[in-house]
Amino acid sequence: MSERRQYDTDELAQLARQVCEHAQGSEQIEVCVSTGRSTTVRAYRGDVESLRSGHSAAIGVRVISHGRQGFASAGSLDADVVADTLAAARSNVKFGEPDPHQALAEPDDVAPPGLDLSDPAVLSVPDADKIAAAIDLERRCLSADPRISGVRVAAWSDGWSQSALASSTGICVQSEHGSCSVGAQPLATDGDETQIGYAGDAARRPDELDIDRVVAESTSQATGQLGATKPPSERVTVVLAPPVAAAFIGVVASVLAADSVLKGRSPFADRVGEQIADERLHVVDDPTDPTTLGAANFDGEGLAARRNELISAGVLSGFLHNAYTARRSDTVSTGSAVRGTRSVPGVGTHAPVVATGNIAADKLYASVGDGVLVRGVSGLHSGVNPTSGDFSVGAWGHRIAGGQLAEPFREATIASTLQRMLLGICGIGATAEPLAGGMSMPPLVIADVALSGV
Amino acid sequence: MAAAEMTAAPLVDLDVVDATLRAALDAGGEWAELFAEDRESAGVVFDEGRVEEMNSGRDRGVGIRVTAGEVTGYAHTSDLSARGLADAARTAAAVATRQPRGGTMDMTSLGRVALAEPRVAVLPASIGAERKVALLRAADDAARSAHEAVTQVTARYGESRRRIMVANTHGVCAADDQVRTLFSVGCVASGDGGLQTGRETVGYTVGWELFDDHDPAELAERAAQRAVTKLAARPAPSGEVPVVIARGGGGVLFHEACGHGLEADLVRKGASVFAGRVGSQVAASGVSLVDDGTMGPEWGALAIDDEGHPTQRNELISDGILTDYMWDWLRSRDEGRVPSGNGRRQSYTHLPMVRMTNTFVTNGDIDPADIIADTPWGVYVAHLGGGQVNTATGDFVFGMTESYLIEDGVITEPLREGNLIGNGPQVLLDIDALGNDFAMGSPGTCGKDGQGVPVGDGQPTLRVRALTVGGTAA
Repeated sequence: MSERRQYDTDELAQLARQVCEHAQGSEQIEVCVSTGRSTTVRAYRGDVESLRSGHSAAIGVRVISHGRQGFASAGSLDADVVADTLAAARSNVKFGEPDPHQALAEPDDVAPPGLDLSDPAVLSVPDADKIAAAIDLERRCLSADPRISGVRVAAWSDGWSQSALASSTGICVQSEHGSCSVGAQPLATDGDETQIGYAGDAARRPDELDIDRVVAESTSQATGQLGATKPPSERVTVVLAPPVAAAFIGVVASVLAADSVLKGRSPFADRVGEQIADERLHVVDDPTDPTTLGAANFDGEGLAARRNELISAGVLSGFLHNAYTARRSDTVSTGSAVRGTRSVPGVGTHAPVVATGNIAADKLYASVGDGVLVRGVSGLHSGVNPTSGDFSVGAWGHRIAGGQLAEPFREATIASTLQRMLLGICGIGATAEPLAGGMSMPPLVIADVALSGV
Repeated sequence: MAAAEMTAAPLVDLDVVDATLRAALDAGGEWAELFAEDRESAGVVFDEGRVEEMNSGRDRGVGIRVTAGEVTGYAHTSDLSARGLADAARTAAAVATRQPRGGTMDMTSLGRVALAEPRVAVLPASIGAERKVALLRAADDAARSAHEAVTQVTARYGESRRRIMVANTHGVCAADDQVRTLFSVGCVASGDGGLQTGRETVGYTVGWELFDDHDPAELAERAAQRAVTKLAARPAPSGEVPVVIARGGGGVLFHEACGHGLEADLVRKGASVFAGRVGSQVAASGVSLVDDGTMGPEWGALAIDDEGHPTQRNELISDGILTDYMWDWLRSRDEGRVPSGNGRRQSYTHLPMVRMTNTFVTNGDIDPADIIADTPWGVYVAHLGGGQVNTATGDFVFGMTESYLIEDGVITEPLREGNLIGNGPQVLLDIDALGNDFAMGSPGTCGKDGQGVPVGDGQPTLRVRALTVGGTAA
């Protein structure tokens, strides 16, 4: 148990390369190493409730030999732990079973976007300022509306991480970045009734955090739900508010990952080139936009991150690939390997973006006439089956009546299938509203969704 | 054999524990705690008829918690040297020195690390990988042989061993050695109407002996059957419907409907609909709810919680009357009472908070067959997925992964997947039939404020007068 060593990213890259040099014969080794530090402050009743901070380190070693894969990881970069982790990965590989497509990524000729994501601004924020930010967030929520009776959570978090990835196939990349975030859960009370709201933001720099939006959104969610009732069951047109639209698109993007397609678990297998959504829908995954926290120079296998079109005018453009799924599909990686240091690379999106449509914000409800605005959903993990496409989630928000926003509703569900909902898109807002992490999303209007209530 | 292997050697030398806690108090803390954790895990993923991945992981670290009045400081580190821990103690204490309290040490028990009784017969790590692979292959074979419509099978094996040690300046000094073993199999079936899925999972706070009582091939056949059955499923109803929930399949309902709302941290902040309601009727008469961390080999079983306090059986609702909440150290300190053994954390990097362990509704006295026969029309939920709750309102959802229509008192057609939504306080009052066939359900991972911990749940077959089923049929 040696004392903690400080590494810079060059040293992390050197460490990763050194482990890779142990590769023997046709054995392939990939090493991901990272260090990080983080702080979280919570405020309650005008004072610090808790301040948590810490340092972490991690290594993940993947060994591939004759198409067999083994993986091991550990939460330390001590020399003995690094050696043990390589040994464990090699031991694990013995029990893998050959897959001719299983191999590490090879360097390709795609240039990374060359983004400077290592703004050190978060490193210079003193603890006192973090505490002040959390206390101020709570105070602002409490003063936003007389019905705000308390704030369950008002928090500031920040983190800084450095990582390097090297492989015996010649890949060696490194990155360093920081971020900070705030989140609030205010409570609104009216008589015996209490409602809770939530909003948060995350950014690379403290001065990019939109605290005004967090206060306004979280408190209006809580107060807006006061008096909400259970709606009648009927088929309706739903407007998915931007955060809900983002969650919906996230589910759609997950079933466009080639691993679920190849393994027969995606309802969109064999449908490239076909109309799977209304022609108004355009979805790209764009990690090259440096204004979002999803921006990246490299994917989880060290290949260049790149912009990938997923759905264009409603037509399925293609699937997302990592090196394995690409080799198996006889194509090239789309730079869509996603991973943590301590897991093998999967396939996924970095920063999905939906193109805005043509419904002006002030015409949104009028364009619907009668329907519901869904401001929040619950049970996305339990009510959406990405294999069958069945979609059923808890929903709350407001009714839309006569083209106007009307009374709030709660304790309801919206249900359909992913396939029907994509084809049922009948409008997209002209304005993309800001979401956490520099992302933005327009509201989506979807026809003929089952609203279940009374 | 396991008893000998599960040694009581402390994770951190007791002299170092003493020095670390003293450093925290010297820096201004009123109370200080050291939580040490050493976790080993391993898993095998079997997919598409072959071993896709074998993995293993190791984590060691310490979290130091220091309080002064209402303020908590926490620092975690994987540097377990005396100096590293002293640095962490001072970091944790820094926020508390804004209002120094001058704590006192009661370290009388420090020399006696109480290790909980080992409950594991065979440590999974002592079993060769080839035997684990053989079980997965048997499951894959069984699922694929079960029905020609089965087109894909994933089987997973997982084992973990988590050794913890907790010491604080009020004299707590305890250790535990928690071993869990998990097996799951998921199937995809393909038919004219598209793809459907079925899953079966078993997991207990036990070792390799898990497989003395559970046959992977049988689990696989059940998962396959579940997927195949759903190929013929029709859309679930939309709207309020009487719902019968099969034994063991719906404990998550109570976990969401009222379990979270009975956690003292949420109650204290007014974020629970059950705040201020102890002594009131909150459920139909006959309904009793218990949280029990001592419960044998169940997935949420612990000898001590992550604050070093012994777990215990806590009755929360007794015959419909709310009797108590669940407590961690911080919230019980404020109320001048003893903790209930519900202070848990995901890992040494996290602050503990109030969490459930094994949460269940006890038996009623009705034959479950009579409950179904007495239901003219409704939905029978054989198996529930996960759920989510808004504790402020009590509104909760949970997924039905296997359900059927009840028509004229008989279970008939299978239904497609969806969520159910209800309001916790209302649903508890709307339980109008409670069976006599109690069973615990599948292992779960409960998420709260970004931390996941293993939990168990259970109930007898029961009926709720009306729940909103989130289907698409009229």
